[in-house]
Amino acid sequence: MKPAPFNYERPRDIASALSVMTGAEGTVKIIAGGQSLGPMLNLRLVAPDTILDITAIAELKRADVANGELTLGACVTHADIEDGRVPDVTGGAMQRVAADIAYRAVRNRGTIGGSLSHADPSADWVSSLTALGASLSLRSVRGIRRVAMKDFILGALESVIAPDELLEAVHVPARAASARWGYVKSCRKTGEFAHAIGAVLIDPEAGKARIVIGAVEAAPIVIDDTDALFGGTIDGAFASRFDARVADRLLSDAGIADATDRHIHVAVLRKAVAEAA
Amino acid sequence: MRNERDIAPASPASRQGVGARVPRKEDDRLMRGRGQFVGDIRLAGLQDVAFVRSPLAHARIKGIHVPERYRDVVFTADDLVGIAPIRAVTSLAGFKVSDQPILATGKVRQVGELIAMCVAPSRAEAEDIAAAVTLDLEELPAVYDMRKAMEPGAPLVHEHWGDNVFLESFFETDIESAFDAPIKVTREISTARQCMSPLEGRGVVASFDHRLDQLTLYSGSQMPHIVRNGLSDCLGMDQGQIRIVSPDVGGGFGHKGILLPEEVCLSWLTMQRGFPVRWIEDRREHLTAAANCREHFYKITVYADRDGTLRGIDCEALVDSGAYSSYPFSACLEAAQVVSILPGPYKMPAYRCRTFSVATNKCPILPYRGVARTGVCFALELMLDLVAVEAGIEPGDVRLRNLPGPEQMPFDNITKKHFDSGDYPEAMRRALKRIDIDSIRARQRKGEDDGRLIGVGLSIYCEQAAHGTSVYSGWGIPMVPGHEQATARLTPDGGLELRIGVHSHGQGMETTMAQVANELLGVDVGKIRVVHGDTAMTPYSTGTWGSRSMVMAGGAVATACQELAERAKKIGAKLLQVDEASVMLVDGEIRGPNGSVTLKEIAHTWYRRPQDLPGDVDPSGLETTSGYKPKRDTGTFSYAAHAVTLAIDPDLGDVEILDYVIVEDGGTLVNPMIVDGQIYGGLAQGIGTALYEEMPFDHAGQPLNTTLADYLLPGPTEVPEPWLDHMETPSPYTKFGVKGIGEGGAIAPPAAIGNAINDALRGLGAEMLHSPMTPKRIVTAILAARDVERPAA
Repeated sequence: MKPAPFNYERPRDIASALSVMTGAEGTVKIIAGGQSLGPMLNLRLVAPDTILDITAIAELKRADVANGELTLGACVTHADIEDGRVPDVTGGAMQRVAADIAYRAVRNRGTIGGSLSHADPSADWVSSLTALGASLSLRSVRGIRRVAMKDFILGALESVIAPDELLEAVHVPARAASARWGYVKSCRKTGEFAHAIGAVLIDPEAGKARIVIGAVEAAPIVIDDTDALFGGTIDGAFASRFDARVADRLLSDAGIADATDRHIHVAVLRKAVAEAA
Repeated sequence: MRNERDIAPASPASRQGVGARVPRKEDDRLMRGRGQFVGDIRLAGLQDVAFVRSPLAHARIKGIHVPERYRDVVFTADDLVGIAPIRAVTSLAGFKVSDQPILATGKVRQVGELIAMCVAPSRAEAEDIAAAVTLDLEELPAVYDMRKAMEPGAPLVHEHWGDNVFLESFFETDIESAFDAPIKVTREISTARQCMSPLEGRGVVASFDHRLDQLTLYSGSQMPHIVRNGLSDCLGMDQGQIRIVSPDVGGGFGHKGILLPEEVCLSWLTMQRGFPVRWIEDRREHLTAAANCREHFYKITVYADRDGTLRGIDCEALVDSGAYSSYPFSACLEAAQVVSILPGPYKMPAYRCRTFSVATNKCPILPYRGVARTGVCFALELMLDLVAVEAGIEPGDVRLRNLPGPEQMPFDNITKKHFDSGDYPEAMRRALKRIDIDSIRARQRKGEDDGRLIGVGLSIYCEQAAHGTSVYSGWGIPMVPGHEQATARLTPDGGLELRIGVHSHGQGMETTMAQVANELLGVDVGKIRVVHGDTAMTPYSTGTWGSRSMVMAGGAVATACQELAERAKKIGAKLLQVDEASVMLVDGEIRGPNGSVTLKEIAHTWYRRPQDLPGDVDPSGLETTSGYKPKRDTGTFSYAAHAVTLAIDPDLGDVEILDYVIVEDGGTLVNPMIVDGQIYGGLAQGIGTALYEEMPFDHAGQPLNTTLADYLLPGPTEVPEPWLDHMETPSPYTKFGVKGIGEGGAIAPPAAIGNAINDALRGLGAEMLHSPMTPKRIVTAILAARDVERPAA
């Protein structure tokens, strides 16, 4: 289990990185923490001509808050978030999610940008940042564009990132004081990939919610008609009005044919809602 | 946590003999990262090997295309002139013989089968070469399911057999007498295919020494002398031309008891090319190409009286033996054993069992810790709980009703297994008391605030260990253990060297064998060196398997030390100028009526100052090789009662173990701390079998869980600390009354956990009969039971 030969580049700034991406012969794969790409290289599931290591780019480790919005560079690690080395605008929600990602060894090296770029539907940031209403900056020589998390993932290991684009930063809006957060995942053992994720941000005062069903082997299911999930309106009693049939129907509509899988997803979502209550 | 042993008064620091909790000597190097495993060996000029392995489960090889530039560094079966395939036959009637090619010839029969060997200065480069080799394979229908393999018209793994059955085994006593029993329960029960997953995989370094005219093969092996036998057969070389060195071994569990085609390949290659070569199994090779175990299927009926008294068991079982018969244990040990061990320690008047070792296009099934016993225990113990439900009594009472009492020991069960000693009902009673069955029943009636379901489960296993000639001559496999030898040598400075042919792959034998010697000679454990893992330096032995090392090699060490003591007494008596009959060996010195002389002084005199010895001194010296066999070689039987309390989330199917109790009887324990460690490790593996580990295959015979992201092993957060209690009923047949205990921890957990899960689910009408009992399987069973209860309108 050794990778096929590849060229290795480790630029110091984003401009150099972008020129490697456009200038290199053959395929280029970006590596940050390498917690997913490393095993894939060793298994020869991917054999890029060039590995572009972006961890020497200081700009990608930024962490700042402006106008209530948190911006994290792509190379901020899960452990940075878990340990509180970066600011928080989510009332501890991101810290809790980070602390439960895989194992500490993975969190030490794994990065938020790498996890999102990898676009594994069972990854924690994919679902949780969608529920938190985050957006992403994607940079290329063509310029920069901002994509909402809910539009980012297209399918398993598939996102809107173009081959010449680099995920530069994650932007997380401040969580309203009245917004309730719930995040539950089902794993067969500690640190294992999730088989079901429920991520909910519910604001009973505003009567609004963002509800995400994740780890469905495809893009997370973002529930548009959140009112229906709670019997018509969202208010302080939302948890008691959670309608499992609505969630089950959404999962059926999303093509999840296995009744056991649907049952577990609905149960996880119910627990996330209960946690938010 | 609540381990009584931890709070019991420690043994006096001076005590190091049998029964002392001596810290493991080998841990000093192992815990500091200074152990030396095969992967740590560096030889000048060493090159690495990567294999081209079959991507298909069943195919005809039409062509192997090696790019011109790699012609000199890629080898196929055509190159292995004069090399014989691995052949492991048994003498059991009806056994069908098959050869395991070293490199595939004509056909491949499993994913991962070796097709070509590529050598390069590094493993990465060798893998580049392997990736450049292309195969022209004509895919054949795969035999991916052992039950389908038995159907007429199934594709054939070995065409010349005419079917897919390595061996059919049968036993019957009076089964018709059970047919009128008032309770009759029938179920189909199965265990998944698993991978053994020791921390260290297999690995081989081979080199040739022209001065000695000798091949040296470094291989992490439990059984170096058996590897030499097999290698000598395959290579056609004299045994004296082969030396097997097994360095530190990071867990074996049976996988390292097998002669590998890779070992034959690398031996041939180093002799061809003249430089040392290495192959280190990676985790993907481990998961896909080797180390498979456990896959059993049972259709079993248990007959009982209304009070739970067993009337008989009728069973048909299949074992998915995979494509080849592994050396030396063969493809049949597992299924043939099922017939003889299914009744366990229980009393019953009638029994019938028929088993089939079925060939499939999968890796050969290998004997994993507990061998057939984990599956047998799972099947039988699940059935006993169902008998309890039918009889309307507690599961514990069914067991107490049918276990032999201490007054019946030694006890011969219906298949004539000879249980040497023990008090099985007492183990069960202690487990029931500690798990506090009454308060769990009360808690179940009350219900949980969080909606979870509580279940309690029991199981009893027995572990036949160190079974010898009389048992294995019956199987007639390439390896039949006889007497075991050990060498003991007092060194000129009064230290002791022990040489044993068994090998430690985690058992701590450098410590426990020293404790045995300390018990007899009084030499400080720190001054005793155990030499093992090298055919050039140790007496012949079948090695470490079947929980035999302490009984057999420990017995041989004791015998050798006793002989050494006699010799030292003779010399000591001469030095003390007293009659030999008047001296005794106490605390490392020979004491006479008027004085004493230490072993150290005796050794110094013998080796360094022979002029001080009288001319008529006994000339035998202070080194001896002595042999040992227990008074009866049908094996020791250790056993335990396991009891577990767990909680199930019926929405998610998650299982949390709340309490785990093990009451174990391993006879006299040489080092109870090491026995505790064996039980902890076995429990972890048993929990893996019960809840996590599974290697599924698709209909093309492709293994599906090919990385550790998919093949789940329990970790520290999944394994509870059990409450351990030891009973120590000595075996009447062995030195010190020891019994083999290495495997037991892995045998009982799936049964106990399965029973607890079924106990928790009983109110929902769901039942789990297949391991691992995953959340998804549990939820599926719950939903299916609901559908039965409330059929869709």
